Amino acid sequence: MTDMAQLLSEMSFFEGLSEAHLDALADCASGVELDAGTTLFEEGNSADGCFIVIEGAVAIELTIPGRGHHVIQTVHDGEVIGWSWLFPPYRWAFGAQVLEPTRAIRFDAASLRQKQETDSTLGYELMSRFANVLVSRLEATRLQLLDVYGNRA
Amino acid sequence: MATVLEPTEIDTMAPVSFRVLRVRRELSDTFTLELEPPNGAFHFEPGQFTMLYVFGVGEVPISISGNPAKPNVLVQTIRKVGTVTRALDGIGAGDFVGVRGPFGSPWPVTEAEGGDLVIIGGGIGLAPLRPAIYHALANRNRYHNVVLLYGTRSPRDLLFGAQLQDWSARLDIQMLTTVDTADRSWHGSVGVVTWLIPRAAFDPKTTTAFVCGPEIMMKVTAETLTRSSGVDPERIHLTMERNMKCGIGACGHCQFGPHFVCYHGPVFRYSDIADLLSIREV
Repeated sequence: MTDMAQLLSEMSFFEGLSEAHLDALADCASGVELDAGTTLFEEGNSADGCFIVIEGAVAIELTIPGRGHHVIQTVHDGEVIGWSWLFPPYRWAFGAQVLEPTRAIRFDAASLRQKQETDSTLGYELMSRFANVLVSRLEATRLQLLDVYGNRA
Repeated sequence: MATVLEPTEIDTMAPVSFRVLRVRRELSDTFTLELEPPNGAFHFEPGQFTMLYVFGVGEVPISISGNPAKPNVLVQTIRKVGTVTRALDGIGAGDFVGVRGPFGSPWPVTEAEGGDLVIIGGGIGLAPLRPAIYHALANRNRYHNVVLLYGTRSPRDLLFGAQLQDWSARLDIQMLTTVDTADRSWHGSVGVVTWLIPRAAFDPKTTTAFVCGPEIMMKVTAETLTRSSGVDPERIHLTMERNMKCGIGACGHCQFGPHFVCYHGPVFRYSDIADLLSIREV
């Protein structure tokens, strides 16, 4: 097992993956160090990768014309950034801005998609994990839409 | 069943006049009253509430937000939502309000001793938790890990902002704050309060949790604590709100299934009320 595969095996997101699958994912992965204020990606651009934060914090943003950048979520240690690479047209649905010095693992989207297509078991494992992320964020978004802390008076 | 305390401080149905010492503006719609007890002291347990009476207008239940170790002043944090709370917002230092209480069941701060204490507030729900926070910090050696998690609407809706900063700076507790929405000027967390739970350091086997906020927030938080973190539902405590009137479980206005919130609550064990939280008619 490579060092990168070992690192992935220690992350809860990849818990339960076989050594072969961890090696396959490690082939697509590289470590990145990001300064605070770095724009990780911009809404509408090509979704050519995804990230898992090892340590740090990243804001997921939506740009509202006339109102600027609106932070809809922050991502922290062990959490995933980016699912737009999974679905055509492979464009970022949101932007991402680094909030504090952050270490992360970046996965190359084209390589991930190619491995998913050639290994359906790996594809299923990845889709299951990303589906959990999507469901969790959908549920949170619903609560945020309820504006539960607003004054009903 | 939560502990039921019999009202002992003053006669239960007759309001006693307390002089307003100070009014502190907290948020655009929220303020804190500091009231002077006529006999010099007002003893209460964290989590209890009073009925506050604006003479000639009406009476409302308000949680006590002050320090239980400082009974010389009664501190109550109020959000303007109706006729009486708007009238309360119009009073100033030197005015008088009527007080009945304290009423209701407290946060079980003694039962939580020896283990981890996780306190989770949402919005103005931080106010009823603050006496428990004061108590935990004053008796810090009685608890193992102490975790404070707070979620609110936006950065400008952070209640007790200066205290949040003080608590965040302490090395003997873990304090995490999040907001539902923010712009780039906010460098903290954005997201629902339940997302803070995986980032908090506590042992679910020894954890007692106090949760206060909007009912849907408490329901989702309690579900996350039990299902994802493994905290025992009997050790999760929520404070409920209904139409409290008498404060002594006599009038029935605050009926919540088989409970009267003013008497059996407002603090309940999650295991006692979990089923009721999903019933729309309750």
